[in-house]
Amino acid sequence: MIAFLFNGSSTMPNFSTNEFKPGLKVMLDGDPCSILENEFVKPGKGQAFNRVKLRNLKSGRVWERTFKSGDTLEGADVMDVDLEYSYTDGEFWHFMDPSTYEQYGADRDAVGESEKWLKEQERYDITLYNGTPLAVTPPNFIELEITETDPGLKGDTAQGGSKPATLITGAVVRVPLFITEGEVIRVDTRTGEYVSRASKS
Amino acid sequence: MSQWLPSASPEGLAARADLLQALRQFFCDRGVMEVETPLISQGTVPDSGIGVFRLPGEGDQPDRYLQTSPESAMKRLLAAGSDDIFQICKAFRQGEAGRHHNPEFTLLEWYRVGWDHAALMREVADLLGTVLNLDGWQLWPYRALFVELLAVDPLDEQVSLTTLMDLAQSRIGLLPEGLERDAVLDLLMSHCIEPEISDWGVVFITDFPPSQAAMARSITVSDADVAARFECYVHGKELANGYWEQIDADALSAQLQAENTRRQQRGLSPRPIDERLLAAHRHGLPECAGVALGVDRLLAVRLGVDNLEETISFGWDSA
Repeated sequence: MIAFLFNGSSTMPNFSTNEFKPGLKVMLDGDPCSILENEFVKPGKGQAFNRVKLRNLKSGRVWERTFKSGDTLEGADVMDVDLEYSYTDGEFWHFMDPSTYEQYGADRDAVGESEKWLKEQERYDITLYNGTPLAVTPPNFIELEITETDPGLKGDTAQGGSKPATLITGAVVRVPLFITEGEVIRVDTRTGEYVSRASKS
Repeated sequence: MSQWLPSASPEGLAARADLLQALRQFFCDRGVMEVETPLISQGTVPDSGIGVFRLPGEGDQPDRYLQTSPESAMKRLLAAGSDDIFQICKAFRQGEAGRHHNPEFTLLEWYRVGWDHAALMREVADLLGTVLNLDGWQLWPYRALFVELLAVDPLDEQVSLTTLMDLAQSRIGLLPEGLERDAVLDLLMSHCIEPEISDWGVVFITDFPPSQAAMARSITVSDADVAARFECYVHGKELANGYWEQIDADALSAQLQAENTRRQQRGLSPRPIDERLLAAHRHGLPECAGVALGVDRLLAVRLGVDNLEETISFGWDSA
């Protein structure tokens, strides 16, 4: 089931430039944005302005805008939630709130690059906009099983050599030569780099 | 709760004490008298760009205002024959909070009788040389600086508001609609010119467009009408604003009325006209030049910090 987008029922408060703090979510040109910086600018004898940097949460782009001090923007109904990945039907990637069992379907735009780190029952940080997933962020470190890699060479320990390994999620990372198929490794999702063998569970 | 702690470091507080002493010594050595004037007064300024703290009167007491600068009271002293005076005091501007602004701030303001703005600029440069160890300074007419850095002549009426707006938006991104010409020029100054002059040391900008005269008199320089006003920038930060003062009472009265009219056009209520200042002007303000310098910003430059909070015992958020 997919969470629906409700139209016309928006009751988000307006925020004035003097309330713009980093992290505040506002609507600009129809897109939800997160405020990164807000600088008050005023020449001694002139009008006051606020020079604002915002990240467009849909495109990821950083915008720079100048507002008259006291201008307002509507708040954006954006929140971050911790959800468990369930499965994909090819069109949507489904996540579940483990406490309420409520389900959320994220489309390809929302999943983006994170697709290659999606593992069932793992928790992800999901940004919801009007109740719909806008972005999916994997944990910084994730443990995944290797499904395919060349056999390791006997006696070859951490001597600097590396080889490609395909993980259960489809991601390909470079691993040391001694790592073998079926092993579980720890990967840094921000860089896509091998960190270590997984801790034995 | 750590909110009780000062926003300035112990070094910052000590540097402030040193600086205040050095400033007083500078004027003492030059025979300029220190004065104190009221922070709370019955009159205020009509400038639509300045937010005023209004103190509502209780019962039958009329409202009063926290001063936005000591200019009015100091001019009344000048009209009464004080001769050269300086003051270090608090001034208050509602809503001006940010890295380089604190709604309650410290101003150094002084007046030199018989001087013009050119002579006063040299004294500001002397003072900065004394307290900042900065040698040398540059003088730039407003027009020449825009031509040099932005290749546009702000005083040329052929240069349309649309042209200026397009230039500003190409440099600094989308801007609010309906801006007046001076507002666009201000944005070009703050967003484009200030960063460019941040490694020029001490820079005086003078000969402002007549529309930005404020309390300055009008003069003619190379066939152009300009305001006898200067701004002093240090490392790209606006530190001081000075005038060869407008002493004509009728011109001042017209200007105050015009500001109130502009307030009403912007949907703001008019502010009471400072009749005592006008009366002082009618009595006769001596020929003089005056300048206001932000002491907190001066201290920030001296300390090499980029946030005014670090120069103030308790910044706005912890006051």
